[in-house]
Amino acid sequence: MIEKTGSASFETYIMEFPKDKTILNSPKAIIECYKEIPCNPCETSCPFSAITIGPNINQRPLIDFDKCTGCTICASVCPGLAISIRAFKGERATLTFPYEFLPKPKKGAHVNVVDREGSVITQGKVLKVSETKRSNKTAMITLEVNKTYLYDAAGIEVVL
Amino acid sequence: MIYADAVIIGAGPSGLTAAKELLTAGVNVTLIDRNMSLGGQLIKQTHKFFGSESEHASKRGIDIKQILLNDLVPYKESLIILSKTTVVGLYKDKVIACLRGDTYFKVKAKTIIIATGASEKSIPFENNDLPGVYAAGAVQTLMNEYGVKPGNEVLMVGSGNIGLIVTYQLMQAGIKVKAILEAAPKISGYLVHASKVRRLGVPIHTKTSIKRALGKDPVEGAILWDLDEDWQGIQGSEREIKVDTICISVGLAPLVELLEQIGAKVEYIRELGGNVPIINDAYETTIEGVFACGDAAGIEEASSAMVEGRIAGLGALRTLGIAQTEENTKVTDLHKKLGALRDGPHGAKVKAGYMKRRVMHD
Amino acid sequence: MRIKTHPILEFETRKSIPFTFNGNTLYGLEGDTVASALHANGIKKLSESIHLKRSRGFFCAIGNCASCNMVVNGKPNTRTCITPLEENMIVESQSGKGVIL
Repeated sequence: MIEKTGSASFETYIMEFPKDKTILNSPKAIIECYKEIPCNPCETSCPFSAITIGPNINQRPLIDFDKCTGCTICASVCPGLAISIRAFKGERATLTFPYEFLPKPKKGAHVNVVDREGSVITQGKVLKVSETKRSNKTAMITLEVNKTYLYDAAGIEVVL
Repeated sequence: MIYADAVIIGAGPSGLTAAKELLTAGVNVTLIDRNMSLGGQLIKQTHKFFGSESEHASKRGIDIKQILLNDLVPYKESLIILSKTTVVGLYKDKVIACLRGDTYFKVKAKTIIIATGASEKSIPFENNDLPGVYAAGAVQTLMNEYGVKPGNEVLMVGSGNIGLIVTYQLMQAGIKVKAILEAAPKISGYLVHASKVRRLGVPIHTKTSIKRALGKDPVEGAILWDLDEDWQGIQGSEREIKVDTICISVGLAPLVELLEQIGAKVEYIRELGGNVPIINDAYETTIEGVFACGDAAGIEEASSAMVEGRIAGLGALRTLGIAQTEENTKVTDLHKKLGALRDGPHGAKVKAGYMKRRVMHD
Repeated sequence: MRIKTHPILEFETRKSIPFTFNGNTLYGLEGDTVASALHANGIKKLSESIHLKRSRGFFCAIGNCASCNMVVNGKPNTRTCITPLEENMIVESQSGKGVIL
């Protein structure tokens, strides 16, 4: 379990995805914040009020997929880097996630994609790499992978 | 002898917010810190902080430091900063003995706020004194403050927030962390931190500890072993790992020496990190006009330190006889903020520690 | 052993500062402490323990533990992790408790 290993298992992370998979035909924020900690930037930063934590800032965030537009703001401000934006795209899927390493991959590059344990599970194509003043040195990378990896993909391999 | 109204010892997050509280009320403040740069541990915190907007959530520690320092700039006429100055003695008549290079001098204060922070603990194991065995915060200092790599391959002992976040920062600096060890059955830091390092492929081994460091000068590796239910190493479970740096991240202990010197009551409260001053709700110690806040008053986070500094600042104002409008409302609101920060499972330990301390105080 | 590029921090070019360590000339950078400058030069052993003469380096790096004590410009028991590096500083490993008088 995550409290022993540090990484969420399928049974745990699938709960954060919408039950109706067609919702993911548009990009949606998948929030993987599994334990109560005092924190609420995701709630306060969402321009569409799609995320609720409430007055007790230790509550785990709850997302309203109907309101979420997949704008990626929450993912870029989350101090825990716990949010990714995912969507189906026909036979492919996209995953946008925060990245704070060098070198930053280039648009169009083919990269190794890892799961939540850092193991390479597939190859993906970098569609976009962006950084804003607000995200403050956190780059947002959009990857395209085969749709079977929409749930398991967690980021790109960091090679030291 | 230099005469001062309010002296704050320690310019970390709680010292800086205490200074602002006093300066905005028109008080002359002397801020003493032993380091070249002010900001305490914020100076090396490159990650984004938690909490809520008022504690600068989602801002990097290094940026929060700048915000807190900028907050003092409008009051620079009333602020004396004594950096590179170590307080070497604190006396009952509120005389503060200082050493700056080779110059020794004394400051007599009307009110003192002790915001000296904490020091990193260690654990006993064979060869734990070898060069290359460093506190995790030390490695963070070396990397983020001085731009120096501590080594190439690291073993991290301890999975609290410091261990997890320093692992992440080591990887950001291009240094491989081969494993994180945690003696307890569960990871002790925030799971979001743990998940970040797991995505980087860093394994976390619970119920595992370090038996021995290998090498002579410096470290060359370590022997790890599994722990049983009684925290004892299990013979036969030993295995070797090759690393050139071992980081120890097993918790912090409040720096209370000055409080002990001045005769403030100090008691051992495990939940707050060790020996802590007995304080009231205004963060005043048992010595009138002497306050303690931040990690020096009990190990917690920077977010709570920033709130506590303000409460101590308001208390110091009362000592100076400076009436504050809506002071009670301010203090109540600040305590509410602390309560909010401590409300989740990670705050349970600190809440228990505060309850013990309240009983000791009464 | 300096970090060249970093995803969050900017390390600007700093002035090179010469100093000696046990008689050998080394270089640190402006802003270094004695301990960070030594470490940047690959030196982790700073002194020896008082009784058993075991190799000692720093531990806490912020001035709390005194593991980093060395003799700096003739002054023993100097906490090198919080001592700013100055040009031509004479840094020596400390053996024993150090003579202060």
